[in-house]
Amino acid sequence: MSDTANDDVLRAPLRLEYPFIRTTGAVVGGFLTGLREGVVLGAKRADGTVLCPPLEYDPITSDPLTELVEVGQAGTVTTWTWNGEPRPQQPFAQPFAWAMITLDGADTPMLHGVFVDGPDAMSTGMRVSVQWRDEREGHIADIAGFVPEESA
Amino acid sequence: MRDVAVVASMQRQEPSIDNESEVEYMVPLMHGVKESIGITQADVGFTCSGSSDFIAGQAFSFVMTVDGTNPVPPISESHVEMDGAWALYEAWVKMQMGEIDIALVYGYSKSSGGSLRDVLATQMDPYYVAPLWPDAFAIEALAARQLIESGRVSLEQLAEIASRSRDHAASNPHAIRTAQKSVADIMAEAPIMDPLRPSDIPASADGGCVLILAAGDRAKDLCDRPAWIRGIDHRTDAHTLGVRDLTRSMSAKIAGQKAGVGNDKVDFAELYAPFTTSEFLLTDALGLGEDTVINPSGGTLGAHTMMASGLIRIAEAAQRITNGDGDRAVATAGSGPNLQQNLVCVLEGE
Repeated sequence: MSDTANDDVLRAPLRLEYPFIRTTGAVVGGFLTGLREGVVLGAKRADGTVLCPPLEYDPITSDPLTELVEVGQAGTVTTWTWNGEPRPQQPFAQPFAWAMITLDGADTPMLHGVFVDGPDAMSTGMRVSVQWRDEREGHIADIAGFVPEESA
Repeated sequence: MRDVAVVASMQRQEPSIDNESEVEYMVPLMHGVKESIGITQADVGFTCSGSSDFIAGQAFSFVMTVDGTNPVPPISESHVEMDGAWALYEAWVKMQMGEIDIALVYGYSKSSGGSLRDVLATQMDPYYVAPLWPDAFAIEALAARQLIESGRVSLEQLAEIASRSRDHAASNPHAIRTAQKSVADIMAEAPIMDPLRPSDIPASADGGCVLILAAGDRAKDLCDRPAWIRGIDHRTDAHTLGVRDLTRSMSAKIAGQKAGVGNDKVDFAELYAPFTTSEFLLTDALGLGEDTVINPSGGTLGAHTMMASGLIRIAEAAQRITNGDGDRAVATAGSGPNLQQNLVCVLEGE
């Protein structure tokens, strides 16, 4: 069939995609926006403790959580493991430690990577601080990772 | 509560099933289990399955498997995007209403097409965790270190769990990790994700399990010694890792209490414990003592088929009761990171 024979037919490109975007809301969005600005926010619970990263609802009482408070950019490792080879899709270029880190001023730990030379440099209770990415977009990987506090 | 029992089951687990689709390898199991007790799909009042479109890589993939049950004339059917053990729970609830006497339950997956430990990162929190792609071994290793450093379990005790599971798996024709290994040899293994060693992690398999439930006298007609479900309950912990104690399983503890685990002796337990650390958490949460044989099949350390491993635990426990190996058993199913969700089932013979 020639193109001229189908001049009346409407045409459009077919692109296979998943074109949905979801807003992250006031709490998750507040945290991610904070990362873009270089601050870390947590959610204050009714008993005064702080969840970081913040959740929209209290995991025990189910109360909505709305008050975001800034927490520290250094904290304590509560557990860790050594990721000897970055796996596909991980936003880390070199071997690193996974760690749960409770930031100063927060009462719950968050997961992220810690950059050290090897597993011998890791220990539970060690102090680490945030290493920011230069270009930030409101994403958990705006935190490039954590480094031991003395080398920050 | 209406008396409902497991009266028959059939399973298949292999390191990788390469030349058959999920439907192709499930059909012989579905027909085989019905034939084994002399019933047809027309006798089945409700059919319920558990599988994962995400692992199959295809929307509504379970519909093609339903076609394999021989659903003509049309059948009453349901599906859960969960381990088949939760399909069993749905069928058990339906049977409590008294309208049907027989249910067909199955669960399956073929995860060898991808890297399951990486795929499982997508079940984590989509904003805070999944974008970092922590694999399933890393997530469990974080809990394992916390557990070991709490002093409640040692690496040697975990090696004992791994060694005993291998011993048990050696006599299970469906297990895939069957090479026996001493505690000393496991202690000498290099960590795969510190502190977890290769013997601490699940033996990932392709496969599935089909099981038949029957109520009251119908169960007695179909099976010489039905495995009666005396208690069943499921609970879940918080999704966020940082807000729960990874060294204890609160959901398993509550489900175990509701299911009545502690009301009498437990001869053996089939636990959905993908890691040696998970087994420690579950025996602790369920209060199982030394007089209970843990995972006589070798458990998920012997063969772990996503979406079916929980149902297989129930099938294994039921089969041993039917065989007369014991009178009272506990089976569990689990889902999510670090045993987030747990189902506990108490089975008894008469």
